[in-house]
Amino acid sequence: MNTPSDDTKKRQERNLTLFGVLVVLFVFVGMAQSWNVSLAILNLCLISAIMTLGVNIQWGYAGIVNFGVMGFAALGGLAGVLVSMPPVAASWQAGGPELLLGGAIIMITIVLAVFAASKTQHLGRWRFWIIVGVSLTGYFLLRLLVDPAIEAIESINPAKAGHIGGLGLPILLSWVVGGIFAAGAAYVIGKASLGLRSDYLAIATLGISEIVVYVLKNEDWLARGVKNVNGLPRPVPYEVDLQATAWVSELAARLGADVNELSSIIVKLCYAGLFILVLAILFWLFETALRSPWGRMMRAIRDNEVAANAMGKHVTAKHLQVFVLGSAVIGVAGAMLTTLDGQFTPHSYLPLRFTFLIWIMVIVGGSGNNFGSVLGGFIIWFFWVESEPLGLWLMDVITMPLDANNPLKMHLLASAAHMRLMTMGLLMLLMLRFAPQGLIPEIKR
Amino acid sequence: MTDILNAFVLLANFVLIPGLAYGSQLALGALGVTMVYSVLRFSNFAHGELMSFGAMFCVLITWGLQSAGISITPLPTALLALPAAILLTIALALMTDKLVFSYYRRQRSETVTYLIVSVGVMFFIGGLIRFIIGPDDRVFADGQRFLLKARTFKDATGLSEGLAIKTSQGVTIILAFVVVAALFWFLNRTKTGKSMRAYSDNEDLALLSGINPERVVMITWIITGALAALAGTLYGLDKSYKPFTYLSLLLPIFASAIVGGVGSPIGAIAGGYVIAFSELLVTFAYKKVISYLTFEQVVPEGLVQLLSTDYKIAVSFVILLIVLLIRPTGLFSGKTI
Repeated sequence: MNTPSDDTKKRQERNLTLFGVLVVLFVFVGMAQSWNVSLAILNLCLISAIMTLGVNIQWGYAGIVNFGVMGFAALGGLAGVLVSMPPVAASWQAGGPELLLGGAIIMITIVLAVFAASKTQHLGRWRFWIIVGVSLTGYFLLRLLVDPAIEAIESINPAKAGHIGGLGLPILLSWVVGGIFAAGAAYVIGKASLGLRSDYLAIATLGISEIVVYVLKNEDWLARGVKNVNGLPRPVPYEVDLQATAWVSELAARLGADVNELSSIIVKLCYAGLFILVLAILFWLFETALRSPWGRMMRAIRDNEVAANAMGKHVTAKHLQVFVLGSAVIGVAGAMLTTLDGQFTPHSYLPLRFTFLIWIMVIVGGSGNNFGSVLGGFIIWFFWVESEPLGLWLMDVITMPLDANNPLKMHLLASAAHMRLMTMGLLMLLMLRFAPQGLIPEIKR
Repeated sequence: MTDILNAFVLLANFVLIPGLAYGSQLALGALGVTMVYSVLRFSNFAHGELMSFGAMFCVLITWGLQSAGISITPLPTALLALPAAILLTIALALMTDKLVFSYYRRQRSETVTYLIVSVGVMFFIGGLIRFIIGPDDRVFADGQRFLLKARTFKDATGLSEGLAIKTSQGVTIILAFVVVAALFWFLNRTKTGKSMRAYSDNEDLALLSGINPERVVMITWIITGALAALAGTLYGLDKSYKPFTYLSLLLPIFASAIVGGVGSPIGAIAGGYVIAFSELLVTFAYKKVISYLTFEQVVPEGLVQLLSTDYKIAVSFVILLIVLLIRPTGLFSGKTI
């Protein structure tokens, strides 16, 4: 017979082992490849873990299928640009008032459309056409008034600027703003679509995230579209400045390390420190929420909506709450990613990488358990990056007996990089089949 | 009068013909999604990759035939390779069902579980495809390029606008018509088809009437695999074969299925054309049409385009959202075949 405390102990030992294995993996990469690579992977693992926490609170706590992770991450990234880049004064002069007017037109159109929708219920089929008419009028007005301004902005120094720039504030602020952007979008999306069935919600959120990325790619005035924004300011020192300081050279001499490498390790450690801080705060908040009556209510809604409704819980409102919360966390992670990259590249937002990979992390780690999500984020990102060298090594071993010019061998070696999609799919399917609860299952409370 | 004809030919050349071809490709894809949905009751996220898989084998076999010197000009060689590609895709569909989906059917899992499982399948097939053929762009269309050349049309009619029909477009429209007709005949006239409809209508009642569910599921996957390979190949012939486009094609296909009403084959076809034509109509530059139909003074300066062509695919997502929010059952509200 296992007493509950026995179970807890066993579980804790298991979790410790799993996280211990992770530490060993990172140390191994540090020794075998380089500490720079190891830390670069670690930083992205931390960001992935935060995104995974966001999806976990939606799926694991409340059973909401959000396939729009990519869109929220991209909105967070946009916040990075809009907060930290210096404003382009010429652009604001060329089209600032028109842009503000355009914003006002959008607001007024939405308000009018919603007003029309709420006041015309008795009008039958006319209602639809009134709403369409209001929206279309707003749209044409917008195009008519704002198009010339946008053209003017985009033609100002297009090689370097051609957009409105940002506010010139510290980029750390964008982590909060990114969360707010994503939360705002999630509120609108959730309000409209959370009533849908689970698979429709999945498709709808996937579609919305594609639209968000399309807009970011094509609206050059906002963040330069596919021309990318490079050279975002950093929250941590630059390598060049570090190399010039005395203590870095001293430390390098004492460790017998290269100054250049050491400086870049220090920069990565600074990022890692910031990310760990954010992860720790969010983790603590989410754990507290999970243990609180709020978390209990969420699980009750997830497990039986009808019963929870009968107990007087407002299911739709709570779903909206948790959807906004989770999306905000994804937005924060998106802003952190842009900060780490130092650039905003809309074309790099792909659903495979930003939506489905995060989902694999949640499934493999263990939905409903925050430790599991973080572990999933770490493990999956680690293997996503390391599967390329691993795959190459594996192929090398498999094709050892073949001649160097054998076409099959050459093809296999060239395709080794694509192993990772297959491996991830297989891993996900195996987990879903044999351990649907994930590596660290949800704790039954 | 010639002006009106010119305007019409212009629209036909840039909207009607491409819309019919693209719409047929979407309709064939959406039919597959709808078949799976109405019998197995889940939205199959792996369908895009299934299409890609069929197209990939068609490309590989076409290359083999080409290097062997076999061709059927003026038609593209890919048509000769298609049957084999369809068989291979069906084999893959049946295998994924046997290895993956059948387990969850036995467990009577929820729809969400299937959905997430199908994402795993999507990853696996996508990786397999890139492993076999690589991520690059492959052109495999050969034979005569045009059924009707713009120049020939101009010379024959004396109009200043030309009308061109690509062979791939003609093949797409004709094949889609034949296949859809055959599918409807199968579903409505044959005993097996009727048993499928009965099963999708009411599972328990079908079981009581002695319909073998495993057989129905198997036939569904066979049809789905065949439709997917066909749709994938036709799309690849028309544009070019590139593995990652099929993931972005998934959303327009879902949009077609949902706009028409998930589970309704007629809806899937109608949805395909609705999506295709709205994408083209919204991003078409009407300037020239207006200049043909009115006097020169009224012709506006810009391109008279509702949305820039960059947003072409986004149009289908917007329609998808509007339909989901206003009328989630779609145009032909149906949950059964």
